[in-house]
This record gives sequence, structure tokens and C-alpha cells, in this order.
Amino acid sequence: MTKVTMTVNGKAASGDVEGRTLLVQFLRENLRLTGTHVGCDTSQCGACVVHVNGKAVKACTMLAAEADGAEVVTIEGMAGADGSLNTIQQAFQDHHGLQCGFCTPGMVMSAAALLSENPKPTETEVREYLEGNICRCTGYHNIVKAIMAASGQDVGVIAAE
Amino acid sequence: MYAFDFEKPGSIADAVAALKDEDAQALGGGQTLIPTLKQRLAMPSKLVSLTGISEMQGVCKADDGAVCIGGATPHAVVAAEAAGDYPALAELAAHIGDPAVRNRGTIGGSLANNDPAACYPAAALGSGATIVTNAREIAADDYFQGMFTTALDEGEIVTEVRFPVPEKAAYMKFEQPASRFALVGVFVAKYADGVRVAVTGASESGVFRWSEAEAALSSNFSAGALDGLSVPADGMISDLHGSGAYRAHLVAVMTRRAVDAAG
Repeated sequence: MTKVTMTVNGKAASGDVEGRTLLVQFLRENLRLTGTHVGCDTSQCGACVVHVNGKAVKACTMLAAEADGAEVVTIEGMAGADGSLNTIQQAFQDHHGLQCGFCTPGMVMSAAALLSENPKPTETEVREYLEGNICRCTGYHNIVKAIMAASGQDVGVIAAE
Repeated sequence: MYAFDFEKPGSIADAVAALKDEDAQALGGGQTLIPTLKQRLAMPSKLVSLTGISEMQGVCKADDGAVCIGGATPHAVVAAEAAGDYPALAELAAHIGDPAVRNRGTIGGSLANNDPAACYPAAALGSGATIVTNAREIAADDYFQGMFTTALDEGEIVTEVRFPVPEKAAYMKFEQPASRFALVGVFVAKYADGVRVAVTGASESGVFRWSEAEAALSSNFSAGALDGLSVPADGMISDLHGSGAYRAHLVAVMTRRAVDAAG
């Protein structure tokens, strides 16, 4: 066992992990931050996306030991301390960007990474950025719409496909 | 995954020393190795992470104009930092996997694994790149030795890759939509002394150079110069995504598109 220490959602967190412990296991099982989901466990679906040092990564395909000393942000770090939704989360609610909600934590984290790199993405850029996030309910349309709305752009022009 | 020890050295020398242990294995960004370990297809005693070695990070330009990329540089960094000096290479890096994969996966990891459908082998072979390791420099023509096989010795690390910058180049990938690996990908690069064409995704022997196309394009760099040229379907990968004949056909199609895109 090795001790790892990282900052998770602004707070110091540490724990003993095996070499093979995945970051997503550490977050869910040690820290009980179960908002980060494990969908496919093969780095296809993106339900486990979190930010490590500001970059979106798949927490099911990164060892916890690799995140030692890192700044990690999970879906639990998105809402305000009083539980109020952030702009992206609110836009997902307003534009029906989720149905079952399983993919939503990863979608919101990917969307946040996109908007920090590219504050006014085109619809095509949003769709391309979500290549690694799979949703089996919505057909993506309302997710794209929500992200466009969260970026402050007019979504009236986005036609249903 | 089977249990393994984990080490994260801060220098190439320490990494080389750590890899001397029996069954120790280098870990780049882990975007292939971790899924492989989950399937219990590998059982290393120890993983030696290369991501904490600052001398293996980043993109720079050598005195001779070559673009040099540290072996532990993630695809997203190559996409951003090589865009000015070698746009075709940056474009290729920008379309590997998906954004989260590009933030972790590294060029050295991709080249050391030499997946027959990976993108970077096509760029390295198509550019006549030099693979620099902790021990030596290997020409791309000598480096790729078949599917998942390279000239690397046990415990040898890809520390840097040097790409001579061509006059024109483009990479065209026909994507397998689920994995985003190349069903067929073709990298075409025009240098003063000739054209190189490297094909990934297609052959059972891994990335290869299409020499007939190189000869035709070296005398006339246009898609029309490829008229009538084809690669044989023998030895092409046949799987549920496409037959060998389909891949052989795609090689010619993607080569033409790459030439057109290179302009």
C-alpha cells in the first residue's frame, strides 16, 4: 500500500492505495464521492470523467497513485456550497439534457473542460468534444443544446435532428 | 488487474534503473496499458510511470528545424504546441481517441506499443522520424517491426521523437467509429528528396510504407498520379469491421485524400 494525497474539490484528501487502485475507485470507495460513475470501465463511455490539474481525464483509466499531489475536481465540486447548480448543470436541467442521468456527471465535467478551453464553441465543436462521452437516452441533442446555452449562445437556432 | 508495485521516478536515469527489476514495465499515459491490465492480459511486477519526468515533456524545435517531442508528451499538448511548426502532425494528434484520452495518452506510449491501428506510427514512419531512447537513436524505418513489435529492447524507453518537417503533409484517417482507431489511416509527406507514404490500420504486419505510391508521387505530387495503383488484399487485416479487400481499397482512397488535403 502507498499513501496518496491530493486536493479533491478544494479539500485535502489522502488514503492508502494499492498500485492497481484506479482513481475512480479511490474517489468512490475511499472518499465516498460516488457522483463519478463507472459505466463501461474500458475508457469508452466517459461517465467517469473528472478534472486532474484542470484537464478532463477518464478516472477509470488512471491510477490513483498517478494523481498523487494533483488537484482533482469531480462532479461534487461543480455545484455551490449551498447546493445551487452551476451554469452548466442548470442548463442541463433547463434544456432536458438528461433522462436517466447516469452519463450526466461525465457530460458535465467534459462540458466544463470544453468551455474552459473554448468559451464559445460551435455546435460541431461541442459534438466533437463529446466523442468520448456516451449517452444512451437523449440522443445527445439536448446535451449539445444545454452546453451551447451554458456558453451563453442562442440555442433557438439549433434544429432537432 | 493483478497486483503490481508502482513507482514514479523523476528522471530518465531513475526510470531506467527502476525498469531493471524482473517483469517491470514502463507506464506512459496508460490509455492502452491500463485497459490491457484490466483484462489480465499482462502481469507486470511493477509499473514505472514516465509521466513525472520533466525532461521527457513538451515540444521544441531543433537547430536543423526538426520538431522534437518528449516521449511522455500527451497528444493534446502535441496538438496544441506542434500546430505552428508541423500542422499535419498536430492535426493527427488532435484526432486520436477523444479529448480525455488525449490528455493522458503519450506519443512514446503509442510508439512503444505499436498498435497496428494507432495513428502515431503512420506519422513517424511517414516523416522518417528518429526515435530517441535512453540508449540510442533508431530510424523509423528500422523501428517498426510488425504488429505490436518494435526495435525497443527490454526496459528501453522512448525519450524523444524527432520529426523532420516536410514541405507538405496530411494524414487521413478512416475511423472505426466505436474505438476511433484507424480502420485505415494514411500519412503522406512531401520532402525535398521525395515523398513518403505510410499506412496504418490496414496490414497484419502493422504500419508500412507504400513504395509504389511514393515513387508515383515523388515524380508528380497529385492524386491523379495514383491512378491505377492499388495494394494487394493479401496480408490485410480482415475482421468484423472490414475485409482485407475493403481495407486494401481504402488505402488507395485515403492516400488520394491525403494528397489532396496536403495540397
